[in-house]
Amino acid sequence: MTSSASGSAFLTARGLAIGWRARVERQLASGIDLELGAGDFAALVGPNGSGKSTLLRTLAGHQAPLRGEVALCGDEIGRLSVEERSRRAACVFTDRFDPGYFTVFDIVAFGRYPYTGARNRLGERDLAAVEGAIGAVGLGSLVGRRLAELSDGERQKALIARAIAQDCPLLVLDEPTAFLDAPARVEIFHILRDIARSSGKAVVLSTHDIDHALRYAGILWLMDTNHRFKAGAPEDLATSGAMGRAFDGEGFRFDLVSGAFRSIEEDEPYAIGLEGPEGVSKSWAARLAERLGLVVSGGGRGLVTLGSVSIAEGEGGPMFALRSADPAAPVLEAASYAELARLLAALIADRTIG
Amino acid sequence: MKAPSSTPCLLAALSLATALLFVADLGFGSVRIPFSGVLDALAGRSVDPAWESIVRVFRLPKALTALAAGAALAVSGLILQTVFRNPLAGPDSLGIGAGASVGVALVVLAAGSGAGSAFLSGLGLAGYALLSVAATAGAFLVLLVILLFARRVENGVTLLIVGLLVGYFAGSLVSLLVYFGSPQKVQVYLGWTYGSFSSVTARQLPVLYAAAALGFALAARCSKALNALLMGERFAESLGVRVKGARTRALLAASLLAGAATAFCGPIAFLGIAAPQAARRAFRSSDHAVLLPGAALLGSIFALAADIASQAPGGGSVLPINPLLALIGAPIILSLFLRGSGERGGAR
Repeated sequence: MTSSASGSAFLTARGLAIGWRARVERQLASGIDLELGAGDFAALVGPNGSGKSTLLRTLAGHQAPLRGEVALCGDEIGRLSVEERSRRAACVFTDRFDPGYFTVFDIVAFGRYPYTGARNRLGERDLAAVEGAIGAVGLGSLVGRRLAELSDGERQKALIARAIAQDCPLLVLDEPTAFLDAPARVEIFHILRDIARSSGKAVVLSTHDIDHALRYAGILWLMDTNHRFKAGAPEDLATSGAMGRAFDGEGFRFDLVSGAFRSIEEDEPYAIGLEGPEGVSKSWAARLAERLGLVVSGGGRGLVTLGSVSIAEGEGGPMFALRSADPAAPVLEAASYAELARLLAALIADRTIG
Repeated sequence: MKAPSSTPCLLAALSLATALLFVADLGFGSVRIPFSGVLDALAGRSVDPAWESIVRVFRLPKALTALAAGAALAVSGLILQTVFRNPLAGPDSLGIGAGASVGVALVVLAAGSGAGSAFLSGLGLAGYALLSVAATAGAFLVLLVILLFARRVENGVTLLIVGLLVGYFAGSLVSLLVYFGSPQKVQVYLGWTYGSFSSVTARQLPVLYAAAALGFALAARCSKALNALLMGERFAESLGVRVKGARTRALLAASLLAGAATAFCGPIAFLGIAAPQAARRAFRSSDHAVLLPGAALLGSIFALAADIASQAPGGGSVLPINPLLALIGAPIILSLFLRGSGERGGAR
């Protein structure tokens, strides 16, 4: 029997060790404890090769655990038949396939396989589920289109709709935002969060979009290069340094202020000050400075400050005035981001060479 | 699956075409019999007893064989292309044809003078029966090897490679048998490899039809799982399909169909690859509930058309089926590819 804590959980894992068992056992990670319930939206992040896909496959029952146990809705996953599993966990994997002549409707209708008979006739409930799922991902206008004609983002949405139509308490998605453009990635995260919130499903996805994972997921699962697993609130894992450590040694560091990864510069970077009203112009000027390798700061942190940029809103857009830290240098003006970039680059070059 | 509304019409049209070609096949041959004569002969009220015996004894079994073998090879090819998720898969790529060839080569080339001479003397039934048994045994031996691997190997592409290797292995055995065989026996063996629908007698027909019916029934039961397998094995499993079991059943059906057709008609290549391709394009569908009957009908049509074309020289000489099928069919399929090249994902 399950404990009272996991009685209502859709997915629990206790003392789980994942990996491959061939002639020799290759363990990827161990001591994994986790739990997902109604409305939970979890994101699994970690560097390549840390075992994200293996963990998801194990949680979905497609791969046997090395040790420990996984339970779907209270039942040990190994004891469930393939059919029973398909009514409790719906999965979207990254496997490539040729959709042939299948339309969006056909693909989403695959989600009803666990419920239809040998002849695969769709009943009223099945049709309602398919239409609901297509509506949930916003593909209503493309129902009759062949999947092969759709963009990668639309394709991915159709596959997610298929998983939704499968009507399972748990949704498992392996890198659903890989290969997608930026708006499509945001959309997928939106859709999945809404599914978790509104339909009371538990949703877990693996992703390399740390930024979106931190923004959307209520639970973060972190796997590091040494295959250690940590679960927690995104904010806790980010501020405790666990996030940074997980991706150690890849030439990037996790920047706590922006919540994103940045390249580690060989030398200590220079700093630049930004003055002006908070708003669009200032935030894009800050991005420009960061792109050039500058740290935007009001001083402190012991960095060498090159100068400061003051921003004013002009008639045709923002105007910039660059004051060098050298008081003898003249104030330089720029009327566009491109000009500002040239001025800042020249300033950096002066300092570096000089 | 939502089938396009044109599907029933197309199925009806193909059925009609099959029936017309069937009757036409009865009329063509060294003796040209008009349409009405064929119908009279079939109904048993023919004025010319020679026509009646030609139609009923020779041409009817031949046409029935083409009908069944064409459909069997097409459905077999369709299943193999889906299971291996490869548009180039066919009965040959599993090594089933090669396995049957080994059986036949053993009987014709290596067996004692008894069986061999039975052929050489043109004696019918005993020799052909032995041949059929040997071909079926060879096909099933290969099937057993493949099924053994299918239970262990997860990946369809690996399985395709296993099939190719088994095919090479069997082909080499045949090569050795041919190398050491006497020229006359080699000639007989080569005759079998050209492919023919005319070697099945009325008494053997029930065997071919029983095997084909069993194969079709098995295939029809796999239709739902085959659709899911088309999308990948992990995809199918997440939908509650027991992948290994479904794959094994599907391969059993494919082997039975291809094995029976090959045993009776020789290793007829091309049909098993081309007919499923044509069905997909004709029906613009990937749904096996549509493709199974569609490919079967197109397979029968190809086979009957090839049999009619083989009578073209007239005067008692007949063209071999195998080269003919490829000669006529390959350009047709290529033109289909060209016309459909604007569409993505049409290859399966």
